[in-house]
Amino acid sequence: MAAEDEIRLRERLSKLRSLPLLRGARISGELSKLQRQLDRIGAPLDEDEIWRSVKLARHEERPYALDYIDRICDDFVEIHGDRARADDLALVAGLARFEGRTVIVIGQQKGRDIAERTRRNFGMAYPEGYRKAMRAMTLAERHGFPLLTFVDTPGAYPGVAAEQHGQGGAIAASQAIMARLSVPIVSTIIGEGGSGGAIAIALADRVLMQENALYSVISPEGCAAILWRDANEAPKAAAALRPDARHCLELGVIDGIVEEPPGGAHTDHEASARLLARALSAALGDLEGIPGDQLRRRRRERFRRIGVFTEALTPSAAPS
Amino acid sequence: MAERIDVSIEHRHDPGPEANGKPPANTCPSCGSHYRDDELDRTLRVCPQCGHHFPVHARARIGQLADEGSFTEEASGLRSKDPLDFFDLRPYTERIAEAELATGLGDAMVIGSGAIGGYDCELAVMDFGFMGGSMGSVVGEKFARACESAAERGVPLVTVTASGGARMQEGILSLMQLPKTVCAVADLHDAGRPMVTVMAHPTTAGVLASFATLGDMTVAEPGALLAFTGPRVVQQTTREKLPDDFGLAESNYRFGHLDAIVPRLELRAYVTRVLMLFDGR
Repeated sequence: MAAEDEIRLRERLSKLRSLPLLRGARISGELSKLQRQLDRIGAPLDEDEIWRSVKLARHEERPYALDYIDRICDDFVEIHGDRARADDLALVAGLARFEGRTVIVIGQQKGRDIAERTRRNFGMAYPEGYRKAMRAMTLAERHGFPLLTFVDTPGAYPGVAAEQHGQGGAIAASQAIMARLSVPIVSTIIGEGGSGGAIAIALADRVLMQENALYSVISPEGCAAILWRDANEAPKAAAALRPDARHCLELGVIDGIVEEPPGGAHTDHEASARLLARALSAALGDLEGIPGDQLRRRRRERFRRIGVFTEALTPSAAPS
Repeated sequence: MAERIDVSIEHRHDPGPEANGKPPANTCPSCGSHYRDDELDRTLRVCPQCGHHFPVHARARIGQLADEGSFTEEASGLRSKDPLDFFDLRPYTERIAEAELATGLGDAMVIGSGAIGGYDCELAVMDFGFMGGSMGSVVGEKFARACESAAERGVPLVTVTASGGARMQEGILSLMQLPKTVCAVADLHDAGRPMVTVMAHPTTAGVLASFATLGDMTVAEPGALLAFTGPRVVQQTTREKLPDDFGLAESNYRFGHLDAIVPRLELRAYVTRVLMLFDGR
């Protein structure tokens, strides 16, 4: 089975080599990153290992967005409120200094203790949170600051008020703004990349994922409840969904995996932040100097290409 | 009047639930009236008694909206590839094959060029009958191609949604169809072409949170459930008391998320007016 993984990655490598124009000037950096990851590949993850990574991604000692922002940025001034209804604390945003330049950061924020978890709504944003994110994105565009987003949410909040305030529309609108930005965007899945709530802030030029993070269309519990009709089958659902970083890389959904300290990010916040900063710096370096309209075009092409299907020639499509 | 009397006669001959316990497809879930297929088709599958909107399959919907003989299907050869070898209680490939047999469609969306009320447009119409109208790689690709086709031909896109959301069986690739379709709409808008969205029952989760809500005009059919999270999950997760009209088109309209609620019998005329107004530079 490891051989199959290897073939898939090698296919991606050769695709990258043959399509340099689609990936920009710094293609060689991308190639060597993939090559390194290919070298590190071992046997594929089995059900137990995928479930272990689900638990690590949700570990209560895992660094959250603000833990990273505090460690990798020299300064951080938070913005508050969506200028319409409220300030949603499940999502933080602001101006920060990263490696000597100003950037805009956006992240979902979970809480460490019961009080903070409640205040942060377990990292599940309302539409107000996504509208605050959109404010931050507009700020980035207006002043030409690169945008860094940190994804860590079980999902957008599933409540009555959230629906009444337009949860679906807010998630769509946030993505639509990201599709229009002409500044570089790097998104990192640092914990749980839970469905629509995650992609709302992850339509980026480069999408990175920490080694033990998850990125999934539905939570394993939700999937198990629907398809297995039993939420306790979550480990089976997780194995079927393959939400782990390596599968996401193979499927071309993410551009790179960010290493964590041995044992997981929660064992050493400092080391984990250093590894993340290094990856962000490289990704921003890759995007530096690309004109805004090209960035935007390539960003859209990046997502346009994702999908696996076959196509048979139909009578109308075939030459007659 | 004659029709109403017919209906009440049928009502007295209640066929009872089918073997699987569900009410028969042509029994109105809201007033209990029973109809023959041809009766319902005459009223575009709207209950003549109470106005309940029955689901409409993609091809029938195109027949209702597009000018006769104007529709040419595109990308009908696209099929899912089961990229994850997904297997829950049954393999994904089996579910796909079953859906294809039941609906006669390759996936949950039909796209193509056509005209409505004499105005050329591109159509992208979803079918809830195909795996709950779920969006995987094929639906995302078809929608993106519909946007491209509309931009190339310089015509508006009319999309009719009916979907439970992203398709679980294609995992993260299904989630990626959200940004993919959002980018496609951005390209369409950059080309200066409008998108008119008609949301049918139900339009939820991943489809609501991507292209469906990005229309230049967004309307819905009466009684359609339009929610990011459906009532059952909201109730289970939050234990909140749900309002009676939770997530319905009427509630969405009241909260400012829709431009209009348009009954199906008026939909073609409404879309025609909108296309005419967008056309009039």
